[in-house]
Amino acid sequence: MKEKLFAVVLRHPVLILLACLVLTVLATVGGKNLVFKSDYRVFFSEENPQLVAYESIQNIFNKSDNVAFIVIPADGDIYTPEHLQLLRQITTDAWQIPYSTRVDSIANYQHTWAEEDDMIVEDLVSEGQPLDPSALDRIREIVNTEPILLNKIASVKGQVSLVNVTVQMPMIDPVAEVPEVVARVREIQQKYMAENPGLEIKLSGIVMMNNSFAESALKDNATLIPIMFGVVVLTMLVLLRTFSGTFSTVIIIAASIAAAMGLAGWSGMFLTGPSASAPTMILTLAVADCIHILSTMFYEMRRGIAKRDALLDSLRINFQPVMLTSVTTAIGFLSMNFSDSPPFRDLGNIVAVGVMLAFLFSITLFPALLMVLPVRVRKTREEDRDWTRSLAAFVTSKRRILLPGMSVFMLLLIAFLPMNQLNDDFVKYFDTSVPFRQATDYMQDNLSGMTMMEISIDSGESSGINDPAFLKKLGVFSDWLRSQPETDHVSTLTDTLRRLNKNMHGDDQSYYRLPEDRELSAQYLLLYEMSLPYGLDLNNQLNVDKSSVRVVGTFKNLTSNELVSLEERVQNWFARNAPEYQVQTTGPNLMFAHISQRNIKSMLSGIALALVLISLLLGFALRSVRFGLISLLPNLAPAAMGFGLWYLIDGQVGLGLSVVAGMTLGIVVDDTVHFLSKYLYARRHRDADSVAAVQYAFGSVGRALWITTFVLVCGFMVLAQSSFKLNADMGFLTALTILIALVVDFLFLPPLLMVFDKTKIETPATTSQGVER
Amino acid sequence: MNLTKSFYLLLSLTIFSGPVLAQTPEERGLEIAREVKQRDFGWADMQAEMLMVLRNKQGEESVREIRIKSLEQEGDGDKSLTIFDKPLDVKGTAFLSFSHPLEADDQWLYLPALKRVKRISSRNKSGPFMGSEFAYEDLSSFEIEKYSYKYIRDESCEGGTCFVVEQYPVDKDSGYTRRVAWIDQDQYRVWKVEFYDRKNSLLKTLNFKGYQQYLDKYWRADLQQMINHQTGKSTDLKWSGYQFRVGLNDSDFNKNTLKRAR
Repeated sequence: MKEKLFAVVLRHPVLILLACLVLTVLATVGGKNLVFKSDYRVFFSEENPQLVAYESIQNIFNKSDNVAFIVIPADGDIYTPEHLQLLRQITTDAWQIPYSTRVDSIANYQHTWAEEDDMIVEDLVSEGQPLDPSALDRIREIVNTEPILLNKIASVKGQVSLVNVTVQMPMIDPVAEVPEVVARVREIQQKYMAENPGLEIKLSGIVMMNNSFAESALKDNATLIPIMFGVVVLTMLVLLRTFSGTFSTVIIIAASIAAAMGLAGWSGMFLTGPSASAPTMILTLAVADCIHILSTMFYEMRRGIAKRDALLDSLRINFQPVMLTSVTTAIGFLSMNFSDSPPFRDLGNIVAVGVMLAFLFSITLFPALLMVLPVRVRKTREEDRDWTRSLAAFVTSKRRILLPGMSVFMLLLIAFLPMNQLNDDFVKYFDTSVPFRQATDYMQDNLSGMTMMEISIDSGESSGINDPAFLKKLGVFSDWLRSQPETDHVSTLTDTLRRLNKNMHGDDQSYYRLPEDRELSAQYLLLYEMSLPYGLDLNNQLNVDKSSVRVVGTFKNLTSNELVSLEERVQNWFARNAPEYQVQTTGPNLMFAHISQRNIKSMLSGIALALVLISLLLGFALRSVRFGLISLLPNLAPAAMGFGLWYLIDGQVGLGLSVVAGMTLGIVVDDTVHFLSKYLYARRHRDADSVAAVQYAFGSVGRALWITTFVLVCGFMVLAQSSFKLNADMGFLTALTILIALVVDFLFLPPLLMVFDKTKIETPATTSQGVER
Repeated sequence: MNLTKSFYLLLSLTIFSGPVLAQTPEERGLEIAREVKQRDFGWADMQAEMLMVLRNKQGEESVREIRIKSLEQEGDGDKSLTIFDKPLDVKGTAFLSFSHPLEADDQWLYLPALKRVKRISSRNKSGPFMGSEFAYEDLSSFEIEKYSYKYIRDESCEGGTCFVVEQYPVDKDSGYTRRVAWIDQDQYRVWKVEFYDRKNSLLKTLNFKGYQQYLDKYWRADLQQMINHQTGKSTDLKWSGYQFRVGLNDSDFNKNTLKRAR
């Protein structure tokens, strides 16, 4: 079967070229369906309990997706007539942003005050209002005493303020909606910055974050993929010294990427931050197949064998190991289907398909290309022989020190693994080169962080929020929340009611307290609701039945653990002080705070299944249960060690890292497969003892393993340069794990074999078609 | 025979009085608005009960019960008195409004818990009425000068054949750039209105159902359904107990007697 395939490939290379070209083009056309979904919600599966809770809260109250214009005047004072007018204009313009449903700024803040029996409600900075020094002082005074505004909309020092736009995207076409909003937002930003030299406007908010997912991923792909191609070309030119081989490899990689992404498009997938890194990964993984085929072919040609025969030999020798390593790599990536986070499932599937395509292309298109292109080899000294030999000598002679030494070293690293902290702070998904991150950091330093928690409190009865007992507890809770060290701002109904009570009593400050009568509170709210203009109502705080309120806390940027512990404190507060009310805590930050834990739990079963499948495959390939079991150690240890080392480097494990163990499993297996199969070949067919077999294994695959590891590490290190931390961390830890795997395979596996494999091996009968051939 | 005759008549009219009939769409729209107002003029005063059902996207529902009295005004917006019966904690609250086509309305609210009448001074025409999807400007009386008009097309509708007319609010405090109204050609009743927000995207749709005629002249719908397309919320207004010409006068719409409104 495969012999026939090879014969066809080598006899009719042009035919194969055309066939591959047609199929690749057909697949690639699907890429036109591949669009980027800029929405943080894609990270959550539909059944994710935090997402379900959040969506229901958003349906009861209003959605809270937002764009924050952070407006910073040149002279550091927002209370100037010019700047207040400017804020007014920006506020008016912000209403023109697509899907905007609410705009909040100090300019349109609905200031209420009393004048005898008149209740006056108007914009804090109204049109045509003379802004003399006394008016400016009054505005400053109102802002600085209004808890709704202070630290959220305007800073205490008065040097910066926000124009906050609430956006309700219909989510019919999220791919187009976010860019549509962002385009308009930037237009406003540019316009005002151009008209007012020195004025600075930074952009933050959930919508800007969503947009950054797409922009940073696309920017990444525009820089990282070319860099990675450069690395591959350079490595191959230096190490294998072949133009045709390098060129053909580049073609195989390009075809694999294009076809895999195209098929993803045909299957109706969206691109997301994580799955946008698929091309870089396929690129990295596809190189190995070609290197194996090329190096065997060159080895044969140097021995004077004709190109065609050398190629056929190489295909015969490499078919099984290349297939096996491709399948194990694909299984590792497919384990990501167990992830709770859909973008990682997509990433796993795209890369798995890409890896299998790369395998298919490297046994069809690749030899066909090599047949058509001129390939010459120079007689070269086999310089690296000495290098692998001395390593083999070192390992065999020092095995009694290496085995315990490496064991201690491995255990030591693994001991650090549990000390990693789970953390998903989505602001930090972006590095400081991303404008969204800069804006949000600035906002956190000068106003409030982007960590928010929405707390909905259900009184359990219609109109129950007017119950004085409920209001009292809500007031105490709001004050308690405000006094927490991490709190920047609390938006709560009780502030509004206190102010209304004061207004209703001729602005007497002693009435700045909660009404003590249910009817009074209900009627104040009715009055207030009846006096608010479009888009500034209480619908974002009260449900239609007035049985629930939503309190929104804004906090300094917190780690997931800190946020979860704050959430627990909130829940405990209610359990202790107000067990009669139903309380729900939600919000994007909390969703992310829980996702890593959920994802790691779900990934564990995926990794277990992948491990079983891969071990079975290895057992079959090596035709030995015992060696299948021995191989478990060098396959599992690298990921555990990698995470241990990660604790010493960073120590924060987020969503991106939670899939690394599954992903690397399939890759690190390759080294073990190559090493063990050569080892067993020597033991079974050359009657070598374990020491000699180790030396043989080093001699025949040491160099290839080193080159492929080098390429893989380079590839994932390129990914580690991503401005999207999720991908960068994933790339870095994967590179680290692969490097560790090579160290383990070179320094730990051989001594292990030499200690445990002392018995004489039974020579299997004549069936000599092991992996090694 | 008769048909052919009228056809020729129509044809000759079209040809000979062409310049006279050639209305601009704006003039046509204004003419329709005048006819609407003219057909609904003269009811003097009325009162009715209203059930307001609010729904959010999650399907939660909330009901309010209100009584409304109105006094027709010539040359200005109508005067209206709204008395709240439910929810119980706002029972007895009374809202008096003198609406004005182009300026802010005069509004007073009597709060029984405080036993005070408060005048509300705000630009809240665009704001929601009692947390519903209806804005004040959706509920106040139809006055010709509130909008400029443009006739768009004829279209079949629930009431037969409708004029489709665009209405552009004159008051800059309005929450809309335009409204599109479907008005039947037979009785000049409004069957549907689409509301476009300040950035000219579709915000709400209002449907009128169950029209009934009172005093052999005035048509009132039993049900008004408003859907907000942007938030997924909706509000139904269910009207009942319409009474016309019950003898209300200015003294019933007076802030000094607001306390006694029942």
